[in-house]
Amino acid sequence: MKTPIYLDNHATTPVDPRVLEVMLPYFTHKFGNAASRNHAFGWEAEEAVDRARQQVGALVGADAKEIIFTSGATESNNLAILGAAQFLGENGGHIITCRTEHKAVLDPARYLESKGFRVTWLGVDANGSISLEELERAMTPDTLLVSLMAANNEVGTLHPLEEIGKICADKNVLFHTDATQGVGHMNIDVARMNIGLLSMSAHKIYGPKGVGALYVRRRRKPRVKLSPLLHGGGHEWGLRSGTLNVPGIAGFGEAARLISAEGQAETQRILALRERLHQGITERLGHIKLNGHPTLRHPGNLNLSFAYVEGESLLMGMDDVAVSSGSACTSASLEPSYVLRALGVGDDLAHSSIRFGLGRFTTQQEIDHVIQRVTAVVNRLREMSPLYEMAQEGIDLSKVKWQQAH
Amino acid sequence: MAYSDKVIDHYNNPRNVGALDKSSADVGTAVVGAPECGDVMKLQIKVEEGKIVDAKFKTFGCGSAIASSSLATEWVKGKSLDEALQIKNMDIVEELALPPVKIHCSVLAEDAIKSAIADYKSKQGAQPQEKTG
Repeated sequence: MKTPIYLDNHATTPVDPRVLEVMLPYFTHKFGNAASRNHAFGWEAEEAVDRARQQVGALVGADAKEIIFTSGATESNNLAILGAAQFLGENGGHIITCRTEHKAVLDPARYLESKGFRVTWLGVDANGSISLEELERAMTPDTLLVSLMAANNEVGTLHPLEEIGKICADKNVLFHTDATQGVGHMNIDVARMNIGLLSMSAHKIYGPKGVGALYVRRRRKPRVKLSPLLHGGGHEWGLRSGTLNVPGIAGFGEAARLISAEGQAETQRILALRERLHQGITERLGHIKLNGHPTLRHPGNLNLSFAYVEGESLLMGMDDVAVSSGSACTSASLEPSYVLRALGVGDDLAHSSIRFGLGRFTTQQEIDHVIQRVTAVVNRLREMSPLYEMAQEGIDLSKVKWQQAH
Repeated sequence: MAYSDKVIDHYNNPRNVGALDKSSADVGTAVVGAPECGDVMKLQIKVEEGKIVDAKFKTFGCGSAIASSSLATEWVKGKSLDEALQIKNMDIVEELALPPVKIHCSVLAEDAIKSAIADYKSKQGAQPQEKTG
């Protein structure tokens, strides 16, 4: 077993060797520009892009012509939200999203708010789920767009896309979903779910970084129209100018093909490993809290709070395991995760949270090692935790008057 | 973020983890920080004839917080109360090579030393003559 063990597959995934194989020729002898229409180099590149467009589209039940290639999910989200708002809302309008969305959705929405659009920020319950009634109630005649993610990147909670899509369709409101984390591991069908715009990223599904896609509904009605963000040579039907990243796109296509073919079996395998990890830890340690939905969650996601232990010190003790923490000590802000806060997780438990992200290449041997490591480090840190000591003495920590540093 | 070797050493081999009897008149106890902020330090000193003869800590916090409190216990041992009060957070920052975002850990450790000494002194003030005899 090689260390460090990688359990941060929500941050990024390694490129599958089979994907890399498909990409390589497009760096060297098949280097043409897909927009060169008058020679074989260009045709070869265009052929690769067309194939990838079909493969990426197939992953979510879309037609090839509905896929716009971008630089990644951040650009896809920006194009979806800003592009739709600019096209539909010349005089402003209303947008609905949720507090637990990725920053690449929250920030464009906040930007539009500063430009005169009205934004409803839906809250979530303790599991990270929105209320469909609340969504419906939030809709007004000037609602242009609903943007709600498929699977949360921190706590893994899945949003009910089909039900959300139905509400949007009934009210004739455009529905965008950031499916960066969910795609390949959950059944997504843009037609059945009434999705008008859908963001994806290659590097979360074992493809390369720097490539993403935005599904834009064209084949079915109502057809979605967007204003482009990047102006220039008119690539991608004028929606995203810029020479296409042909090797990246070819890799994205292959990654999509592989996860379409293998995703179902892979999901079952990852899910079993995640349950093994969860059970293994909870059998050995007390005072563990699962963050996110107990069942409606991304199969590779396990987000746990280890009470009385601070997240960063926990990571430090597991230096042969790559995971991420909701404790802000790992960032410059010193603020704990806004997603955990939205779920109502107290700042103390947010500081104690660890996100395990399992993936295609995670093995049972690795999981068993991680269980041992987590148990040992948490026990050691609890032994030196004043909070654990106080809790053992029966002191209610929520009632203690803490003396802050100045 | 990369940790300095000294932080890693204190994290892996913390000095003086444990607890002293907080009801004892010659023990001063400090609990500083708050769980919501991600750092709580408990530092205890045992004083004999004006000298700190023992020190123990327990810390909930990042590696730098653990290292700062571990170092603080090491430094106060053997010092008089006045000498211990001279320890400044920037001495800890320097010794552990803490980056700017971790300076608050050293501040907390300095607060813990001061607060433990204050607790000891208040106990002495409240029952000054008990131990003679």
